[in-house]
Amino acid sequence: MRGSRRKLILLLLPVVVLVVVAVWYLSRTNIPVMEPAGQIGAKERNLIWMGVGLSVLVVIPVYVMTIAIALKYNERNHRTKKIQYSPDWDRSRLFEGLWWGIPIVIIGILSVITWCSSHSLDPYRPLDATVRPVTLEVVALDWKWLFIYPQQNVASVNMLEVPENTPINFDITSDTVMNSFWIPQLGSQIYAMPGMSTQLHLEANKLGTFAGSSANISGVGFAHMTFTTKSVSAADFNKWLAHAHASQHSLDTASYNQLAQPTIGHAVTYYSSVQPGLYNELVVKYMTPAQQGQVQLQ
Amino acid sequence: MMFASFLLGRLNFDAFKHPVVTEGAAVGMVVGALLTLALVTYFRKWPYLWREWLTTTNHKKIGVMYLIVSTLMLLRGGSDALMMRTQQATSVGSSHGVLSADTFQQVVSAHGTIMIFFVGMGFMFALINLILPLQLGARDVAFPFMNATSFWLFTSGMLLVNLSLVVGDFSTAGWLAYPPLSELQYSPSSGVDYWIWSLQIAGIGSLMSGINFITTILRMRAPGMKLMQMPLFAWSVLGSMSLVAFAFPILTVTLALLALDRTIGTHFFTAGGGANAMMYVNLIWAWGHPEVYILVLPAFGIFSEIVPTFSRKRLFGYTSMVAAIWGIVFLSFTVWLHHFFTMGAGADVNAFFGIATMIIAIPTGVKIFNWLFTMYQGKIRFTSPMIYFMGFVFLFTMGGVTGVMLAVPAIDFQVHNSLFLVAHFHTMIVSGVLFGYFAGLTYWFPKAFGFKLNEALGKAAAYCWIIGFALAFGPLYILGLMGATRRLDHYDASTGWHPLFLVAGFGALVISCGVALQILQIIYSVLTRSWHRDLTGDPWNGRTLEWATASPPPFYNFAVLPLVRERDDFWASKQLAKPSNVQPKYEPFLELKSTGAPIIIAGFAFVFGFGIIWHIWWLVAVGFVGIIATLIARTGNDDAERVVSVAEIKKVEAEIVARMEHV
Repeated sequence: MRGSRRKLILLLLPVVVLVVVAVWYLSRTNIPVMEPAGQIGAKERNLIWMGVGLSVLVVIPVYVMTIAIALKYNERNHRTKKIQYSPDWDRSRLFEGLWWGIPIVIIGILSVITWCSSHSLDPYRPLDATVRPVTLEVVALDWKWLFIYPQQNVASVNMLEVPENTPINFDITSDTVMNSFWIPQLGSQIYAMPGMSTQLHLEANKLGTFAGSSANISGVGFAHMTFTTKSVSAADFNKWLAHAHASQHSLDTASYNQLAQPTIGHAVTYYSSVQPGLYNELVVKYMTPAQQGQVQLQ
Repeated sequence: MMFASFLLGRLNFDAFKHPVVTEGAAVGMVVGALLTLALVTYFRKWPYLWREWLTTTNHKKIGVMYLIVSTLMLLRGGSDALMMRTQQATSVGSSHGVLSADTFQQVVSAHGTIMIFFVGMGFMFALINLILPLQLGARDVAFPFMNATSFWLFTSGMLLVNLSLVVGDFSTAGWLAYPPLSELQYSPSSGVDYWIWSLQIAGIGSLMSGINFITTILRMRAPGMKLMQMPLFAWSVLGSMSLVAFAFPILTVTLALLALDRTIGTHFFTAGGGANAMMYVNLIWAWGHPEVYILVLPAFGIFSEIVPTFSRKRLFGYTSMVAAIWGIVFLSFTVWLHHFFTMGAGADVNAFFGIATMIIAIPTGVKIFNWLFTMYQGKIRFTSPMIYFMGFVFLFTMGGVTGVMLAVPAIDFQVHNSLFLVAHFHTMIVSGVLFGYFAGLTYWFPKAFGFKLNEALGKAAAYCWIIGFALAFGPLYILGLMGATRRLDHYDASTGWHPLFLVAGFGALVISCGVALQILQIIYSVLTRSWHRDLTGDPWNGRTLEWATASPPPFYNFAVLPLVRERDDFWASKQLAKPSNVQPKYEPFLELKSTGAPIIIAGFAFVFGFGIIWHIWWLVAVGFVGIIATLIARTGNDDAERVVSVAEIKKVEAEIVARMEHV
């Protein structure tokens, strides 16, 4: 018994040291998903903490049980001590009932949480708004993101600027392969798919700059499909709009087809105006008979 | 020009031009293969190899060959993993690491494909082949010819994957090749075609194996063995193979549709043309999710054999265990959508699949508790298989709770396709599947080869695997929460991911030490095999029928088929300890002769696949006609079996006795 106890300490010590180092390191590291800047992300962070809590609740008893049983019933101990050995004991209604029953209860509770959170955090559900939401049309391209502001009639590439505390209604599509649109600090991601338009509703409740990226492999420039999200005050948002409106580029069929050509590390670009209905055209063009090579706008 | 394109399709010299990393690997592989062939020729071993191995239909030899192929593939897939870890540890900020984006994405896709299809499936079929008929008290599987064909088709697929290193390139679309990225428009090279056809050929082999083992279990059990008296490994194989029979046809169809898109220009999954790429995602996961359980159920079965043996106790809750297996089998077909909650299916659908996913945790948890209670009040020997089991309990429980987290759609929206997900499924597959198979391999090694593996090296390897795993994948959970997505060949320094990627890289090195120790363990144990031969046939004081025959068993497994009266019949009969002086009554039986047809069929399948990949249509015709012709020729062979006479059985039995007395 003493030998195995020493062994246990030898095994546990590095684990404890590792956990301490990990906790110390994590406490001074930025973890975007756990430090959300928007209400959706915050609710999802709470769910993750709930998951972590549940893990502790399940994992600790299993670990303790495993270690205790392994230590006590080691063959070596049978030689030195009188320890119960029941080679033919192979069933117990009580015990088996317990470990069918308890997990059923836990999963039952979790199911309710899952059902409710799936609905309250459904990416398609519009957020409750006291101010007029901003609509954004997002197009995934090779390998950059195009953001169209139809209400404001401007567009930008790889730069998403949004007013703070204002719900944003995203319509998302792709004019290339499938991508996934993700801003970890704001919350939920959703696929960007050619010929389809998905929806996402987010809100930034803090000022700041947040990283965004594609979460689904999309070809050779995939790793560089990152963009910057800036949450700014209403006044700064208007300033930014004015800046974008001053751009000498405008987004029409010709300049769009130019933009859609594959590039890696595309510079932030602004467009002072956007051809009306461009987003819908991009979605609909995949529903017409296939054409050879790159599908272009007509 | 016309003639050249008829002769070679789209194959040309460019297909042999590669970046230096790939070139090195290709040259190494080709030299290794040529060296092996040269050695076989030099030692004049071709007749022996052909007679005893390449044409065999014996399940034990087929098991050994599966083992060799999947071990080689573990090294290949492991090298891919090391390259990925190296790239992600070095490609930050202004540095772009050692691999180009294109090469990195090939490595990522090859790693996943090889590890699932040629390591996971390979080790699984190795262990099933080696042990299942012995556990059932059978002389072979139900269809030995089909079994050999399955193995050689598996090998054909494996060769095609690896050929892509030398001729052309491999897919860059990830291990499941989602369209439209995997369509011709976005992936015009031969890479995705290599992926499709190697999996298609190996997959048909797997489907045949599934049917074969189901039939074996249902029809070939020893006299008296009721289903509820089978060892739990046999139950888990029955569950797993039922999944194969239902899931693999879906894979075959899905791959065929993608191949049609790429080869003759149909529009099933393309972008545009009325196609729907998301249908592919549904179909591939309708196969892909059960596939995970196909791999993990036999590993559960292995633990259900190891834990009772090394605790010297009956398995706790046998009936619960069987019920849990079938619960998992059924549920595994109801959860595929949890792989793409982010497609935008709507709250009701997402919630349904999320809850169905969580329910799987119930039978899985029951299994863990039953194993723990098998140990409770037992006499536990901590051999290396038990070390793997302990590592499995610790890691798999962790993987289970992160799995339940991922099953909540609202959590999944934040960690989908991030390294959190990568860490989760590696926890399940490495600690569940691989540790299970390693434990099974150590446990059954003396049965297959007649001597035990060195325990000290085995334990050291197990500790390296467990500790290395925690170091390599612990950081990935955090990286996922830090916004790191999977398959990134480069990231910005401002992300702050670099230190954790370095730790993960170090963990991968520790795992490599584990692999090195495993190789050393095998080499050392082979060299010193005379020290630890298994002469009893029962080196672990086992409970099930595979231990009732010699190690290694004679080609017919049992001279007289055992009569089974209860669960753990062999253990029970040992407790009676009644030496019998009755001369066993031998009876002649039929055995399938060796045949070259399986390897020839697989050879033609390889030619067929290569032809399609490079659009060499005459080669496709040769392959197709070859397969059909070989099958017809085989069907017409009336002289496929031979009678094993009583005299021959007596001779073999006498040899076994002599072998025991000699040492």
